[in-house]
Amino acid sequence: MANPTVSPMAAPEVLSPVPVRTKSQQRRRNRYVIAPLILIGINVVLFLVFFVWPGALGLIYSFTDYRGVGKLHFIGLANFQKLFADSTFYAALSRTFLYTVLSVPLVYVSSLGVAALLVSKAVRGRTAAKVVIFLPWLISPIVVGVIWKWMFGQDFGFVNFVISTLGGSPVQWSSNGNLALMVVIFAAAWGGTAFNMLLFIAALKNIPEALLEAAELDGANAWQRFRNVTLPGIAPTSFMVILLSTIHAMKEFAMIQALTNGGPGTENTLIVQYIYKTGFEQSKVGYASAASMVLMVVLLAIALIQLRFNRKKG
Amino acid sequence: MASATDLPPIVGEVAIPAVKAARSRGGREGRTRLSAPLTGLLWLVVGIYALPLLWFILSSFKPGSELFSYPLSMFPREWTFQGFFDAWERVDFARYFLNTATVALVTTALTVFFSACTGYALAKYNNKGTRLFFVCILATTMLPTEVILNPTFTVIRDLGLYNSLAGIIVPSVLTATGVFMFRQFFLTVPDDLLHSARIDGASELAIFFRIMLPLSRPILFTLAIFSFQWRWNDYIWPLIVLNDPKSYTLQVALRSIVGAENIDWPVLLGASVISILPLVLVFAVFQKYVLNADVNAGLKD
Repeated sequence: MANPTVSPMAAPEVLSPVPVRTKSQQRRRNRYVIAPLILIGINVVLFLVFFVWPGALGLIYSFTDYRGVGKLHFIGLANFQKLFADSTFYAALSRTFLYTVLSVPLVYVSSLGVAALLVSKAVRGRTAAKVVIFLPWLISPIVVGVIWKWMFGQDFGFVNFVISTLGGSPVQWSSNGNLALMVVIFAAAWGGTAFNMLLFIAALKNIPEALLEAAELDGANAWQRFRNVTLPGIAPTSFMVILLSTIHAMKEFAMIQALTNGGPGTENTLIVQYIYKTGFEQSKVGYASAASMVLMVVLLAIALIQLRFNRKKG
Repeated sequence: MASATDLPPIVGEVAIPAVKAARSRGGREGRTRLSAPLTGLLWLVVGIYALPLLWFILSSFKPGSELFSYPLSMFPREWTFQGFFDAWERVDFARYFLNTATVALVTTALTVFFSACTGYALAKYNNKGTRLFFVCILATTMLPTEVILNPTFTVIRDLGLYNSLAGIIVPSVLTATGVFMFRQFFLTVPDDLLHSARIDGASELAIFFRIMLPLSRPILFTLAIFSFQWRWNDYIWPLIVLNDPKSYTLQVALRSIVGAENIDWPVLLGASVISILPLVLVFAVFQKYVLNADVNAGLKD
């Protein structure tokens, strides 16, 4: 924690000349221990009840054949053995990876590109543009799914209409797994740009103008200025955007449920949908919890790799 | 299409545009040369972003027969509100709006308040306990609640919160982003302010409530809007927690139309557009807090 302030715990100790615990010291103790405890108390309780407790429960469930009711029967590693032999689980996990690997760069490039245009002083009408590009952020993932389902409809969709107007034949977007995934990726980039764009705008504004001007005077072209001044300047934000959008992609659920419902067939069932289906629709709570544990380990690994990578670069 | 902020100041600041112009003749030639193409590019991008939404909204004004008749046209040949009427009749919007608004407003109020408390404590009481909790909060951003879907359901059920709006509200109050935003803001508030208030005899909680909380108003508004949007659009928790269609939130109700065997598009389009309206209104009012939000405040450390 990069907190430059002097620890308030230490400050009053220095002032008190006698090392005996006096009444006023007691009062200071109240100040620096009780007050913060009151302030963070509720959130600590919420953290314990809604993260630690279910986390521990999930770990326990993953070693049982729990079905949501009744007693727990421990079955050792059977769930995990079954999971690693389950082709639908593998399919869901690998589809999630594919989706993440394709959608994160698109979200990154689109939000950074839009942000760069929006901070450029050469551009007219920036505020109005910002408002329009921001609108998709207001729309729920369910409706984002519906909008793109409507755009890519088979017989009446806008995209197919444009294709056939240009002389092509309409594409069956939702019956081909890869095409359906592509539509999902577009929808995710459309809905996910705005928030990341705000992050990038703030970061870009923080880059000292003088630095860019100096580079320009030294004869650096636009690409070189971007590569050597802007990109390092926004590195911490880039890192956050990549990390957050990776995690966001790994847990995609609502939008894909509305857009393709995991289809065609089960081809685009992503991992959270798989966990939801097995745990809630088929009541295999123990089995779904084992899948959750695998997802948790994967997410932790991604976060740690990215943290390490970021630290090395910084 | 130039917005107000892009126009040069006219009254009273005659000298400043002149200085600016002089500067741009020097080192800034590139920018003026690039102005037209960059503006064109931006508005092309705007068009691409606006198209799906525009097409969607315009379609909702078309009569059902026109939705599926070739050739399609951008604007309805015949404008109608029938889709909206049908949607309003088929979907119990009054109830879903009320449920969703209750969840969004209550959660937002609690989130803002407890995030402010926690963020302040993390920023200004730097001891072992707060440091440990800061790491815990960081972990919640890395590990989304989706990975503990099933056990959280058990917890909610065991706490007696199943099928109640409280079951959606309570687990969503602790929000890492909110805590970070406040923590980062309070780090920028000088400690001297705290010390002098202490010397004046203010109690710790009085300092927080009477000085720090009012100071953090901009963050407070920003987080309130973000939180409202998150909760209004939430899907996975309402889906799991709510069983009775009467207590459904808007998103769960919408999803049940999309999930139908044969989608009734006129109704779905109407219902979707209606569902977007409240947030658009909120955004229109608080736009500047959202668009100028230094969201980064919560994210860089």
